[in-house]
Amino acid sequence: MFRPFGKARSYSRRPLAVLAVAVLVTLAACGNDPTFDPTSVPGFRYVAIPQVDPPSPSVEQLGGASPEAFAKAFEDVRTSGTIFRPTSDFAAAVRWPLAAGEKLKIGFIFVGSQRDLGFNQAVAEGSRYLEASFSDIEIIRAENIPETAEVQAVAEQMIRDGARIIFPTSFGYSGPIKEIIDKHPDVMFMHLGDLEIFENYGSFFANIWQLEFAAGKAAGHATETGKLGFIAGFPIPPTLLNVNAFHLGAKSVNPEVETTFVLTNDWCDPAKQATAVQTMVDADIDVITQHQDCTKTIVEAAERAGVWVTGYHYDASEAAPNAWLTGASWNWGPVMAQIVAEIRNGTYQSSIMLAGLEAGWVKLASFGSSVSDDVRQVVLDTVEGLRDGSIEPFAGPVTDQDGNIRIPAGVVPSDVDLQSLDWLVEGITGRTN
Amino acid sequence: MSTFWIVVSGTLTGAVGPGVSVLYAVYGELITERAGRINLGLEGCMLMGACFGFIATVETGSAGAGVLAGMAAGGGLAAVHGYLVVYRDANQLATGLALTLFGGGITAYAGRDYVDGIISGLNPIAIPLLADIPVIGDALFRQDILAYLAYGLGPLIWAVLRYSRWGLSLRAVGESMSVAYAAGRDPQMIQMAAIILGGALAGLGGAQLSVAFTHTWSEGMTVGRGFIAVGLVIFALWSPLRAMVGAFLFGGAIGLQLQLQAVGAPVSPFILDMFPYVITIAVLAIWTGPAARAMPAGLKSVLRSG
Repeated sequence: MFRPFGKARSYSRRPLAVLAVAVLVTLAACGNDPTFDPTSVPGFRYVAIPQVDPPSPSVEQLGGASPEAFAKAFEDVRTSGTIFRPTSDFAAAVRWPLAAGEKLKIGFIFVGSQRDLGFNQAVAEGSRYLEASFSDIEIIRAENIPETAEVQAVAEQMIRDGARIIFPTSFGYSGPIKEIIDKHPDVMFMHLGDLEIFENYGSFFANIWQLEFAAGKAAGHATETGKLGFIAGFPIPPTLLNVNAFHLGAKSVNPEVETTFVLTNDWCDPAKQATAVQTMVDADIDVITQHQDCTKTIVEAAERAGVWVTGYHYDASEAAPNAWLTGASWNWGPVMAQIVAEIRNGTYQSSIMLAGLEAGWVKLASFGSSVSDDVRQVVLDTVEGLRDGSIEPFAGPVTDQDGNIRIPAGVVPSDVDLQSLDWLVEGITGRTN
Repeated sequence: MSTFWIVVSGTLTGAVGPGVSVLYAVYGELITERAGRINLGLEGCMLMGACFGFIATVETGSAGAGVLAGMAAGGGLAAVHGYLVVYRDANQLATGLALTLFGGGITAYAGRDYVDGIISGLNPIAIPLLADIPVIGDALFRQDILAYLAYGLGPLIWAVLRYSRWGLSLRAVGESMSVAYAAGRDPQMIQMAAIILGGALAGLGGAQLSVAFTHTWSEGMTVGRGFIAVGLVIFALWSPLRAMVGAFLFGGAIGLQLQLQAVGAPVSPFILDMFPYVITIAVLAIWTGPAARAMPAGLKSVLRSG
């Protein structure tokens, strides 16, 4: 999955997340002013993040990118305007002097399998990156842990085993984990996507929609019928953001393109996913993408049906050697390394961090063998434009399904505005409720 | 094709796609219940079949071995249920639910290294001529071998139950264990066999889901369809032929709601998502009278208060 701000096994928590986003944005942005300035929010203020030495990962750990690019991303994270931070006393209170040879233990808790070719695998990859970036870190991992009191027990056990930082990586862990943070004031909990933070409970999340836009370009070039399909779980804002970005990307290279948006009402129901693929193939749709928790079924079903597919969460190109175009994937390693470096230096300030390509938190998946050099260049140029801010996919005017102008000409919505988006752009068939 | 025919074709695609795995589970539960027992562990049996079927396919590279392993795993879990309820006189509702939970846990554990497994699995085989029929051809006759087997299994089970000595014994046990005993049968052995066969068929349904239909193992991938199958047995009034109608109706409702979304029907996907369950509940409510008459007498102590 991507979970809107993390990962939820059940939809029941989702409306809360949506509500929380809405409340946060309304409160924080004072009426959705598109020129939202986090510094105006009571209780929030930018803080200059003290100098932290970035770890120095190898080219392999960076997935082929150069260490210089990582260092730049690391620096960008520090100065990025999309990261807003409240004050916190945690940093000053915690010091963990390590004895010689002692390792800093960090716990990772996963809701699913670390080999799901999806969200969990992307996070697990981040944890391995972290492990490789510092020589004195030991990672403790637990997978398939439900979003119940069980996650509390697992976290407590990790703490007894010496963990000083815990990454509860599923959205639904937020409730149970927040019940135990008071008991462990000297342990830092880093949640993926929560919108509520405490002194020892911070949150971070990434703008993966940027790469949906880039993947949409590849889809727009690949399609012969002009019909694209997007299989989603629930019509939550981050999903709508993804499908809108995907469609806008495709439309920018192929103005006639139409996108069909189908909901399975489940984050992982392989039988429904396979049926949805078949339904789309029957309707002459020839490029399929998704926003699901487990992604493998749809990727493989597209391969078998002989249609194109773009990926989500993780690079699953091995599952579809012929059908794979490219995809949107997370790149959690750098941000995790940055957070851990700050915590160790005693400079981390509990915060909600949100960033994308400009900070290197998301990355493009590999290209399929069928993608021509010209199209690759188009997609790579798009990624570069999104990274440096010269491409703003949601710059107005943007029209919704019913022909209403939702983003007026001349307006560029902020990242925070986009997280509360609840409509589909013109050219998408499907419903939001 | 007009929108109408697209919707019909999509519904049929769904009917057979997700419907087949449910159909096998319905067959299995039907045989169990005709012998006078109920297995609420069906969901667990389906998961066992899906998980171990997939694991065996990855390990051996043979989908056939996977299907057999799935049947064995489903049947094995049902055998535990059978021993407890038939020989130890345990509460069959509680035992069944416990086995569903057990099946969910053991498969999540055993299958965790196979989530990213890639298999060639069972693939659709088009039946010449029949597959070329407009609208229904693709949906019904471009399917995997297990779907075709499911088409034939309904009439076969119906005929065996109705005409064979084995079927007569099974039905007799389901109506009255003492009468069957007096007639020289071993009611406990027959019930045990029916429960194991029922679990094996549910496991086959699970294996169809993982090895043939989705080529994927994922934790909890049956998402409650084992329980739907228990409801569909009542819907089918314990008849294998009506079971086919019930399972395909359930699957068709899944296909219909996806297809209606794809053509942009002005109906909320959340409402559409309730279709399969609303249909199941409505039919159960409407058919209380016939269901009471058709219910094997041996089940009445479990399912009815009066």
